[in-house]
Amino acid sequence: MELFKIRKDIPFMRHALVLNAVSFITFALAVFFLFSRGLHLSVEFTGGTLMEVSYSQPADLQKVRGTVGTLGFSEVQVQNFGSAREVLIRLPAQKGVSSAQQSEKVLSALKANDPDVTLRRTEFVGPQVGDELVEDGLKALAFVVIGIMLYLAIRFEWKFAVSAIIANLHDVIIILGFFAFFQWEFSLAVLAAVLAVLGYSVNESVVIFDRIRENFRRYRKMNTVEIIDNAITSTISRTIITHGSTQIMVLSMLFFGGETLHYFAMALTIGICFGIYSSVFVAAAIAMWLGIQREDLIKPIKKDNDPSDENSGAVV
Amino acid sequence: MNRYPVWKYVILVVALLLGVVYTLPNFFGEAPAVQVSSAKATIKVDTSTLQKVEDALKTAGTTPQSVVLEGTSIRARFDNTEQQLKAKDAIQKALIPDATDPQFVVALNLVSRSPAWLSALHASPMYLGLDLRGGVHFMLQVDMQAALTQRLESLTGDLRSTMREKDIRHGGISRNGQNIEIRVRDAQQQEAAKRLITDQFADLQTREVSNGTELSLVVSIKPESARKVQEQALKQNITTLHNRINELGVAEPVIQQQGLDRIVVQLPGVQDTAKAKDILGRTATLEVRMVDESTEARAAEQAGGLVPFGTERYMERDGRPLIVKKQVVLTGDNLTDAQPGFDSQTQEPVVNLTLDAKGARIFKDVTRESVGKRMAIILFEKGKGEVVTAPVIRAEIGGGRVQISGRMTTSEATDTALLLRAGSLAAPMEIIEERTIGPSLGAENIAKGFNSVIWGFVVIVAFMAIYYAMFGLFSGVALGVNLLLLVAILSMLQATLTLPGMAAMALALGMAIDSNVLINERVREELRNGASPQAAIHAGYDRAWATIFDSNITTLIAGVALLAFGSGPVRGFAVVHCIGILTSMFSAVLFSRGLVNLWYGGQKKLKSVSIGTVWRPEAGTAVKAD
Repeated sequence: MELFKIRKDIPFMRHALVLNAVSFITFALAVFFLFSRGLHLSVEFTGGTLMEVSYSQPADLQKVRGTVGTLGFSEVQVQNFGSAREVLIRLPAQKGVSSAQQSEKVLSALKANDPDVTLRRTEFVGPQVGDELVEDGLKALAFVVIGIMLYLAIRFEWKFAVSAIIANLHDVIIILGFFAFFQWEFSLAVLAAVLAVLGYSVNESVVIFDRIRENFRRYRKMNTVEIIDNAITSTISRTIITHGSTQIMVLSMLFFGGETLHYFAMALTIGICFGIYSSVFVAAAIAMWLGIQREDLIKPIKKDNDPSDENSGAVV
Repeated sequence: MNRYPVWKYVILVVALLLGVVYTLPNFFGEAPAVQVSSAKATIKVDTSTLQKVEDALKTAGTTPQSVVLEGTSIRARFDNTEQQLKAKDAIQKALIPDATDPQFVVALNLVSRSPAWLSALHASPMYLGLDLRGGVHFMLQVDMQAALTQRLESLTGDLRSTMREKDIRHGGISRNGQNIEIRVRDAQQQEAAKRLITDQFADLQTREVSNGTELSLVVSIKPESARKVQEQALKQNITTLHNRINELGVAEPVIQQQGLDRIVVQLPGVQDTAKAKDILGRTATLEVRMVDESTEARAAEQAGGLVPFGTERYMERDGRPLIVKKQVVLTGDNLTDAQPGFDSQTQEPVVNLTLDAKGARIFKDVTRESVGKRMAIILFEKGKGEVVTAPVIRAEIGGGRVQISGRMTTSEATDTALLLRAGSLAAPMEIIEERTIGPSLGAENIAKGFNSVIWGFVVIVAFMAIYYAMFGLFSGVALGVNLLLLVAILSMLQATLTLPGMAAMALALGMAIDSNVLINERVREELRNGASPQAAIHAGYDRAWATIFDSNITTLIAGVALLAFGSGPVRGFAVVHCIGILTSMFSAVLFSRGLVNLWYGGQKKLKSVSIGTVWRPEAGTAVKAD
């Protein structure tokens, strides 16, 4: 079976300007929504109490809301979680009241109304922990960005490093934009997914850059644009297939993983789709604008052979 | 060219065998068990305890599958929960004759059903996180400021008495925030006080302050001593938590320090969260102070007006007020044990306290000076103090053994002892994070995680086999080996598997296939360009390797960042993610190559390989421009 029967190199770079404009608009929209709507942060970041309770019959949300409301909490969120019988209750952090008291008060009030309610889980996070998580999250992001840039700069060239990281940060912002636009809950798991996707979609850029480097070495007559077009064309089947396979796994999580993994899988899905787009259209285009050329990659001393390549010693 | 030397095959086979052995225990499931462990540091679980347990089980008529002594605990495994409960009662009766002073913790637990030969190889199943097995997770913040303040309070008292002993006069000593201020009249006194502090109080540093005509000495705790105070406070709180949790009878509690001032407590399988919280949340500290028995104090006690200078009003447990001096004689630090008991002569219920050496010395001095007076033992819970008991000192008490007696019932004595024991927290704590997961949710999470991994895996392998034919099948097998090795390594490390960890496992498989796709596409391309099958395989693997290496490194950088900065669920994800990347490099490159070499490598005149359609564009079109 072969899905990709491409006769000629596809002139991706001819449309680079248009595609970059598209990227820029999506990016700007994402930033706009991030600022205008903000992220719907989970309890882990904001601090507060989360309770999941389950009833034997479909729950009456209005009644639950009323019961919790009488306890004097401000801004209580009550919603279904997974099925109609499970209810998620979110209480904001309160000064001076311990978590233990909060959740117990709510549960006993609910029990008084309907004795067969059972507590499935509670989660309480103090406000100081939330602040730290935001800080740690940003630190992790900085670490990933700097680490990947350094690696690419050493392994390839700074122009590649810059374009790869711009392309992939653009993915990250777009994922966040989606979460802001739909007001999906941004939890720690989603953060993990975002960072994992950042590392993963840089892969894609690496594969294409690898090919560009190889092409520079092999096809001496081609100009930079042709080289890039050829590199993308010859790796496109692999790009689609690997991302497809990863997406199969992610879909499997989306379908079978339940509510807990839902947004995690969602973040990965968006990340994978835009990862393909940005590696193919954005990263290489930025590298082109930055003006990569043969001399950047082919150093006078030929040391590009991988040291672990068992044939590297056999050059005649 | 596509042959592996024998040693490479040996490595592959050994890795595969190890993978199988260490993954196996995960398939046997768990059996109900009763676990016996020591409740006190002085008591050891050994073969004699094992004998007792076996005897108890025999007399109770239960038939355990096995009873083994493992490290510091005994585990008896049963066929069903009915037997388990019966056995627990029997063991409890045999090992703990006095329920008020338990020497062992007898708890219900689940243990792996895996056969003995696997356990002998130290192959045990992955440790399931709380979100998969249910239980309670707490993060407690230790109030270090309070620990320091407490230390300063007691140092202030020490300073006062030492200066009195050495006859150094001063104009008053008081604690002011994190400093102690000593007011002095002249430079000579200042110098004398300073010398005394440098000589006798190694933990303190001094600073001279002159404010116009007034001279004073500002004393503070040295930073390194402050750090030591904090470390000790944390350590003691952890010990205290251990003791409290022993009362709960949890089989495998986790109590760990996190960072400088936090403690994480995980109680797997605990369902009575209210009780757990209650026991942990008893953020109590204990102080022994003298009761002020002056007439002003008496008057204030009765009338409820202003209390004399240097004293405070606390309530006794029956609601009567008591005026107590501010100076702390002893803190919970110095109390090593408190047990209910009976007086050997009068047979009335008493509480027996044991003090450490320093406490005993102080106690001896104080009691010598104050025979006939009352002292109060105050328990501070969440910032509020309550007098537990305020006995009269009948005689000088030396040796650190203290007996509190008088007008107590047995249960009152037990309660008091428990409160006093619980009071030995060095600093107050607050729950800053809490997670409770019900058992049914845990089981559902396992099923969800498992289904995600399996379905994704099946679909990917099916696709690979269709698209790349034989090579796709090799890739599928390599992916299976990847999963096997990943689970084996996690089991070997006894890493905690959580739901995010299972998600990472699924994601690792999805990403791992990337390497095989790269290789297969490369081999196809070589064939398309007219290479012979053997050469195409060789070149495909070789050329793909550099790319695979690069791309895995970038993914690994993200994984390491998550590991370094993540906490809780993110860390569970990161561990699996990182290990998954490493195993995927091994299995996708070395293992699949091994299979290919084994299958095709021996054939000298290989005409074609089964790698699906190798489509060639018509001659003259420009895929290849060289």
